[in-house]
Amino acid sequence: MDPLLLLEQAFNGMQFGVMLFLIASGLTLVFGIMDMVNLAHGSLVMIGAYLATTLVAWTDSFLLGMILAIPATFAVGALVEIIALRTLYRRNHLDQVLATFGLILFFNEIVRIVWGPISLYSGLPDYLSGQVEIIPGAPYPMFRLVIIAVGLLVAAAIYVIVAHTRLGMLIRAGASNNEMVGALGVNIKSLFTLVFALGAVFAGLAGMMLGPLTSVEPGMGEPLLILAFVVIIIGGIGSIRGAFIAAIVVGMVDTVGRVFLPGLLRVFVSDAAADTAGPALASMLIYILMAAILVVRPRGLFPAKTG
Amino acid sequence: MNRRQLWLSLITLGMFALVPPLTEIIDQPFYVDMMARVMILAIAAVSLDVILGYGGMVSFGHAAYMGIGAYSVGILSYYGIDNGFIQFPLAMAASAFIGLAFGAMSLRTSGVYFIMITLAFAQMLYFLGISLEEFGGDDGMSSMRSEFAGAIDLNSPIQFYYLVFAVLAMVLFMMHRLVKSRFGMVLQAARSNEKRLQAVGFPTYRYKLVAFTIAGTICGLAGALFANLNEFVSPDVMHWTHSGEIMVMVIMGGIGTLIGPVLGATAFLLLEEYLPEWMELLMTNAGEHWAIVMGPILIAIVLFGRGGIHALFARKGSGHG
Repeated sequence: MDPLLLLEQAFNGMQFGVMLFLIASGLTLVFGIMDMVNLAHGSLVMIGAYLATTLVAWTDSFLLGMILAIPATFAVGALVEIIALRTLYRRNHLDQVLATFGLILFFNEIVRIVWGPISLYSGLPDYLSGQVEIIPGAPYPMFRLVIIAVGLLVAAAIYVIVAHTRLGMLIRAGASNNEMVGALGVNIKSLFTLVFALGAVFAGLAGMMLGPLTSVEPGMGEPLLILAFVVIIIGGIGSIRGAFIAAIVVGMVDTVGRVFLPGLLRVFVSDAAADTAGPALASMLIYILMAAILVVRPRGLFPAKTG
Repeated sequence: MNRRQLWLSLITLGMFALVPPLTEIIDQPFYVDMMARVMILAIAAVSLDVILGYGGMVSFGHAAYMGIGAYSVGILSYYGIDNGFIQFPLAMAASAFIGLAFGAMSLRTSGVYFIMITLAFAQMLYFLGISLEEFGGDDGMSSMRSEFAGAIDLNSPIQFYYLVFAVLAMVLFMMHRLVKSRFGMVLQAARSNEKRLQAVGFPTYRYKLVAFTIAGTICGLAGALFANLNEFVSPDVMHWTHSGEIMVMVIMGGIGTLIGPVLGATAFLLLEEYLPEWMELLMTNAGEHWAIVMGPILIAIVLFGRGGIHALFARKGSGHG
């Protein structure tokens, strides 16, 4: 096994992991506080990506476009919460799943109408498109490093917000008993809107950074959403710390598994069998991991202490 | 089942029985295939409602079992085994096995964990289907119609239609017996208050697991029929949106009833077929954006449509919603 390749893949896994964390954090917060399953969270990833691509094109500046896309995604998130999701909090999970499934159809089609069905590609500015040598002889794309940095920064920010601010205190209190928080005079409605919109920004941020890596297209957030579910299941619903650790683990296992599993299998079985089973097994790896963890801990690694 | 519900079920089935002669009269053979498709998805939706409506298990990965049934037929056909007497039992056994395995793990959790984990397992099989290059990967593979030598010829659209019809009728009858049996009563009681039932001494986990496995098996049967209908198998049948659609059919038709999902499957697929055409009438090229109307329709049904289509016809003693 080539150690440089392993290092590169570990960085890729890290980058994928922080991306998953950005998506899962909003999802887990919304679930923890509002007791709401939101399938349309993946649509916010997509909307963030489209807004960023458009704003970058308008302002002709990558940095400015990205920065402007953040409040724009926040506004979209707040609007979605106020118009559509608010009525769903008191419904059962089945209703929430189905209604947000309807929202996905709606958002994908809106995007198709506004931006067209074809994938958009947003380039990178020169200062982000180069390579950096992490250690001598191991060049690594600058932009992927930036993603890791932004992801870790956001994770730290979320930690500080949740653990050390008044807003975070309300969030934690709301997760335990939101009616009581409301009874104590906190405007619970705007707290919910704020939390949802923050989650939307994190998801949108993931989408914005994903845009230059892959392509921006309708439905781009949905595969990620399901992975974010896996992350939340492993980490424990409602737990930010669990989401972070699980996201990194899932990102690493998936990335490294895809690269090394076929080679690893070759040691045990014939080459032909390894070539067939390798990719199949690699694509199932994180789900097998999830199943294994659930057998040991049915409520995830870090179950939130609320009932 | 009260008298009204019995009549509703009989009339619905009667209408399905009349489709082939009617299409003969108006000379539109296309509808036979389309209604066969409706009935196959109705079988899947009925099987989902047994665990969703009666058992209270929100499984968001039900299309996976359809995929297993379909792939069983496809893979056997790929290796030259076209005998339906082998394919169908194997398809059902495979989905029963996977249903048992997934159910055993998923049912350790509950609530939203259960929703997410069933979704994740289905997605796992979807990716497995994509990575199986031997069986067409994400392009899928074509599959021959099953041969039931000496019994029926599935290459005849009419015979295929009535096979599906017979399966649907049988599934409805068996599920009716199931939910009215002692087993079904325990299942419904577990939905209402699982803790209390456990306190009385029922091993609810086992009851739910059996129901989950039965639902998976029947859905696998629907999948085997689906592969025959399309003469094609691809991972798309296991895509999570497909699971969502089957769920929508249940809700649209009436959760917690047996004929409801049949009505729901009919309404959903007809809407999918004709909504683009209706939109085209209002505005040119609007048809391709039919999802923008379908999405809000779904939301409206969830928010306001208590009891679904079934409730329109059978107000008394209808499902619990």
